[in-house]
Amino acid sequence: MSPASTAPVYDRQILEFERPVVELERKIQELKQISTASIDFGDEIRRLEKKARRLQVEIFAELSPWQKVQLSRHPLRPYLLDYVPVLFDDFLELHGDRAFADDASIVGGLARFGAREVLVLGHQKGRNTRENVHRNFGMSRPEGYRKALRLMHLAARFGRPILTFIDTPGAYPGLGAEERGQAEAIAKNLEVMAGLPVPIVATVIGEGGSGGALALGVGDRVLMLEYAIYSVISPEGCASILWKDQSKVATAAEELKLTAPDLVRLGICDEVVPEGEGGAHRDLEGTARNLRATLDRQLDLLVGLAPSELTDRRYRKLRAIGVCEERAVS
Amino acid sequence: MAWWTREKATAIDVTDKRSVPKGVWVKCEECDEILFGPDLDANLRVCPRCDHHFSLPTRDRLRLIADEGSFVEADLGVESGDPLGFRVDGKKYRDRVKAARKSTGIADAYRAGSARVGGYEVELGTFAFEFLGGSMGSAVGEKITRQLERSLARRRPAIICSASGGARMQEGILSLMQMAKTSAALARLREAKVPYISVLLHPTTGGVAASFAMLGDVILAEPKALIGFAGPRVIEQTIRQKLPEGFQRSEFLMEHGIIDSIVHRRELKDRLVRLLAWFGTPRHAAGHDAG
Ligand SMILES: [Zn+2]
Repeated sequence: MSPASTAPVYDRQILEFERPVVELERKIQELKQISTASIDFGDEIRRLEKKARRLQVEIFAELSPWQKVQLSRHPLRPYLLDYVPVLFDDFLELHGDRAFADDASIVGGLARFGAREVLVLGHQKGRNTRENVHRNFGMSRPEGYRKALRLMHLAARFGRPILTFIDTPGAYPGLGAEERGQAEAIAKNLEVMAGLPVPIVATVIGEGGSGGALALGVGDRVLMLEYAIYSVISPEGCASILWKDQSKVATAAEELKLTAPDLVRLGICDEVVPEGEGGAHRDLEGTARNLRATLDRQLDLLVGLAPSELTDRRYRKLRAIGVCEERAVS
Repeated sequence: MAWWTREKATAIDVTDKRSVPKGVWVKCEECDEILFGPDLDANLRVCPRCDHHFSLPTRDRLRLIADEGSFVEADLGVESGDPLGFRVDGKKYRDRVKAARKSTGIADAYRAGSARVGGYEVELGTFAFEFLGGSMGSAVGEKITRQLERSLARRRPAIICSASGGARMQEGILSLMQMAKTSAALARLREAKVPYISVLLHPTTGGVAASFAMLGDVILAEPKALIGFAGPRVIEQTIRQKLPEGFQRSEFLMEHGIIDSIVHRRELKDRLVRLLAWFGTPRHAAGHDAG
């Protein structure tokens, strides 16, 4: 097992449906430890490894939307800063909105992606309580969106493509956030991103929570990791409002159509990036490899376009979103 | 992005039930004054005693702003589909929309068209809060985008009156994306220097606040309207404390530099006319009706 963090895996970091596989793997570990030159469990270990793999494939082939929600929020799931060193060279983080504060729930900076200079921008959750106090669980305040806006303007002025990475439960619902214009900050990003003359590729790597996600999500391409979700409201919020019953989260998750394949069908997501076996948290390298290849290919298709062509296409893409019926009215 | 349940005026029967229909007497939500319904209507549904602004039906809002007979509605046939096949306990979203259409007599939660305001040609639209809490799904997003595109093509100022609980969750991600779609249309308007005036009514929250509603060249609000991204209940649950009096109301927003001006309903039209003049909007050749 190769979780994003190198810390040992605690029971609370294992989802219920992952448990059978994890337990088999623990057994394999034990057998490996007691194996000596004289007593060889090699055959048994190979048999169990095969079984664990098969079991994992079986379980992951039939994940429910709610299970995918849980995976997208997995405590070991790789966050933006786990991908940055694997995907980019010479990352240089830039801080602050130049007006109020540096919101650590959004990370932005300059980086090189292959041969290209790019802007990297995304939400960042914390791995533990201390980090989460600092990162506010990836829930941004206006200054976070305004930092992102400042950096995107910078990238646009110097012709650098923008790669955003979405992973947030949503914009922070707090007193100060409202005082400082949370709604305006999000709205401004939507407006500006629609017209920036550089390629923008947005990737949902974990939770795509509502307006706080969309504030980094307007672009030429929208990609999603295989077990990422993207939704107008959390299943919890939806269950409590429409069902008036918190226990209906799984039903709400199903009705909301928030998984990556759902978003492809609805014409929002352009491409699903496969995760390593068992999810990104069990294979950061493999997931990052797939992500790199997809980002590279998508950027190739965009960098050659003239700015006006780029923004025209982006507009047409956004313009086409939605399902309406039009009745003739006399 | 919660829905808002409409704050209902309390209907009380103080007279003989047979002669006076229910709801004719209305208790002010703010000062408890008992008001006679027709008087309240005549006063633009503003409490004569405390100036509390009751919600104004959509057609009255259009009548308040547009010069008499000038409003030509567009896109009347645009209706939401049910792309997700959304059901709550077996009840279909499609049926809920149908019921709303029937009870309100309008196609969806937004109405827009061309109009003259003090003789100035504009593209005017307003939310219908009575239609599923003014929630924004594909149909609302499409109508707003078309309005803004007409505004751009005809180089006429756009006016949007917002009253909405935000995105309509039964249309899932497609609702969320209407925020991006409408904001993209606004970006083009801004680029072309066509003015856009946003009028915020009670309540304007969620995805509507976090898109076109907050992007006006000028943002006006009715007094004491609830305006914000997150709903007060969600904030209270998150920060686990009571919110201060007046939090997220128009006056609070103005104090924090988020809106330009608070306008009494009675003065809304004059204020719009003044803005349209300042923006250099061409006037309709046939002269104007000050309304
Ligand atoms: Zn009153």
